[in-house]
This record gives sequence, C-alpha cells and structure tokens, in this order.
Amino acid sequence: MKYVTEFRDSKAARALSEAIRRTVRRPWTVMEVCGGQTHAIVRFGLDALFPPDLTLVHGPGCPVCVTPVGLIDQAIHLASLPGVVFCSFGDMLRVPGSARDLFAAKAAGGDVRVVYSPLDALALAQAHPDRQVICFAVGFETTAPAFAAAVVQARRLGVKNFSLLVAHVLVPPAIGAILNAPGNRVQGFLAAGHVCTVMGCEEYDELVRRHRVPIVVTGFEPLDILEGVLLLVRQLEAGRAEVENQYARSVRRQGNPEAQAILREVFEPAPRAWRGIGEIPQSGLRLRHAYAEFDAVERFRGDVALVGEGGVEDAECRSGLVLQGLLKPPDCPAFGNRCTPERPLGAPMVSSEGACAAYFRYRRRTDSLQEVRHGE
Amino acid sequence: MCLAVPGRVLHIEEGPLLTATVSFGGVTKDVSLVLVPEATVGDYVIVHVGFAISKLDEQAAQRSLEAFAALSELGEPEESAP
Repeated sequence: MKYVTEFRDSKAARALSEAIRRTVRRPWTVMEVCGGQTHAIVRFGLDALFPPDLTLVHGPGCPVCVTPVGLIDQAIHLASLPGVVFCSFGDMLRVPGSARDLFAAKAAGGDVRVVYSPLDALALAQAHPDRQVICFAVGFETTAPAFAAAVVQARRLGVKNFSLLVAHVLVPPAIGAILNAPGNRVQGFLAAGHVCTVMGCEEYDELVRRHRVPIVVTGFEPLDILEGVLLLVRQLEAGRAEVENQYARSVRRQGNPEAQAILREVFEPAPRAWRGIGEIPQSGLRLRHAYAEFDAVERFRGDVALVGEGGVEDAECRSGLVLQGLLKPPDCPAFGNRCTPERPLGAPMVSSEGACAAYFRYRRRTDSLQEVRHGE
Repeated sequence: MCLAVPGRVLHIEEGPLLTATVSFGGVTKDVSLVLVPEATVGDYVIVHVGFAISKLDEQAAQRSLEAFAALSELGEPEESAP
C-alpha cells in the first residue's frame, strides 16, 4: 500500500539501526507513549535492533487499557438495559469490568454492537428511532474530534436518541504525570504521531521547557520509529531537549485547526482516573454543558448512579506497572498462563494496542529484519 | 485506537459531512472529510475511525524516503552482520 510499504524497507531499517548504534555512547531509557507504536516495535522486532545501552519502555498510550474499571461497569450496565443499543469499538468488548465484560452483557441479551466509526453509531440511531443508541467514546485526541463531529451532526439532524459514554483521555497530562512520578527513569519520549496530527506540537514545547526532556513526534511504521529513536538519541547525546517532528508527512506544527475547533466546541478538559495509574488532573474530556443532552451519564443518571464509579480491579493484574513502563509484560507472573487474550485479567492483554497483547501475539517467534520487509 | 491509514480520495460528495470515497490499496470506504475540508480528489489523506485527520504531505514523505535511501547508501560499505 502506498505510503505504508515504503516505510517498512529492511535495508533502510538496517541503516537506521546502524546509525542508532553509532550514536549511542551512554545508557539511555526512552518511552514510546503510543500503544500503536508498541505493537509495531514488538511485531517487527525493532527493539532487537537497538544497542544494549538503549532501553525502550512502553507507555500508557492505550485508551482502552486506561479506561477505569468503574466506567466499564457503567458501560456493561447501560448495555444491559432494555431498549438500549450499545455501540463500541471492538477491542473494548473483552476488557474485564469488576465482574464481567461487554461480551458477557451481549451474551446475556444486551444489544451490543461493534462499530468502526462514531458515524456508524449515529446511523444506527437514525435507523432505530424507538431505541436509545449509546456509543462508548474511547480514545485520545486523535479520536475525540470524530466523536465531536458525530455529536454536531446528531444535533444538526435533530437525532434525539443518540448519546455518548465519554472516556476520552489526553496525552500531555499523562506524560507530565510520568515525569513527575518519584523514581521516573524515562529520559526522552517518542510522542504519538496521530495525536499530534490533531493537536500539533505546542503542548509538547511546554513539557520540554518544564522538564528538559527531548520529545520526538513519531509515526507508526518501522522506519518512522527507528528514525524517531535516532533523532531522540542524537538529542540525548548532544544534551539537547527539543520537540522534533519525525512524522512531517502528517503532522503540522499547529496541528489540524478544524479538528481542534470541533473538539473544543463539544468537549472540555476534566479530571480523569486512569486504570492502574490513578487520577491525573485535567487528563480527560467531558461534554460541554451546551451538549449535555448527548451525555449518556446525564440521560441515564439513575442507572449510572446505581453502578457508581468504584469498580474492582483483579488483584493479580499488574497493568498499572506495565502502563507506566515499570514492568515488561513477560515479567508479569500471570503473563501467558493465568492471563491470556481469551481469559484476560486486565485490559492490556486484550486491547489492540495493549502491551501485553503485543508480547503475547508476536514475541513467541524469532524476530528478524526479514519481517520488517515481509510483515503484512 | 490511534490506528490511522493513508488512502487516496477518489470522489467527494458535497454535504455537511463531506463524504468521500477513499481507496486503501484498492479497497474503498466512505470517509468524512469534514476535518480536512481542503482535501481534493487525488490527494492522500490519513484516515482514523471514518474521518480523514490530515492531508498527507507527499513532498514531506518523499523527503523522508530520500533521506532513508541516502542513509542506506552511506551505510552500505561498513554493513557486515545483519
């Protein structure tokens, strides 16, 4: 596929990894924030190309993984109500709530539908005016504008039976929380290219100023990630701390103004708990008052209050440590035995961007440069 | 979740959602261009959950690929073990 395949060339990958090896002179620990990048790194075996002094840790950039268990419980409850059609992206369905998951709610008779786009959920609402269609709005800044656009379109069309259960999270406050955590060892970041496609780079300038860490906005293909790492270690070795943009074919410095405008029109920042991590101030989004009629929490206030915001984590799941880059999935005692994609203890084992799922899926075969070329 | 894929705009329908037919290596899908209204037929756009989130800058992509090619050429002589 054009603009995908070319960025998987094995010869260039080898040259980039050589350049990284030549550049690294001291031990460095860097984090890729986005779960999509984690999957590419593990799938293509990119970490095997790095010198031993360079440690890559996986970050919290998996919105499905960090959605608090209490919110999953609310989703399961709403999905089980008669007259409700509950829409979600597919990988949310197997994420464990306190007692069960959305699949179990579906099996028990709940009308749970997997959608690809918020517009699919809106179309369902139009097709079923007698039902209440709720869509689980999960995702980072990349995804929030799409949900905002669906809400604006619902208002334009006068669709009254459409609402969102909002679980949106924001990346820069999470990077700030990692940097402020006692014992933090992350010295530089690969920032998520598609989040920055929407939001631009300015929020990251602020993080660099405050914490003196280099941040390289990076794409998702193997050559993007290798080049992002190269730019990052060049900064680290030179003692520089700047925002650099590796993913120039998609990211403009100011981001996407239309996407930002509609996001700000519909949503506002709010405090948000991150599953396994805890509350991070102003790290989530909620619908603005003017759009409260599209808020499932408002529309189903009584039902949501019944469930509350608590929720019980599995005691054995260490996803909080995995999401903060403090534990690699294979080092978790439950990995691959008591916790598998079929019977997950926590969300990172089932999300398409979860670090545990990446290791389970790809780390049981020999990695080679060959795969960089021939990966699907 | 932030998975987004480049595709080529084949056709655009006027309307509040600016729905376009976008080809992903031959497979076509309906995509809203409402967040990237400047995109025109023939452009590559990066698509996420049914919405284009950016117009792919083909010159920037070309510059990256040329830089990779140059690096590969440089790296060639000293390349030994994989």
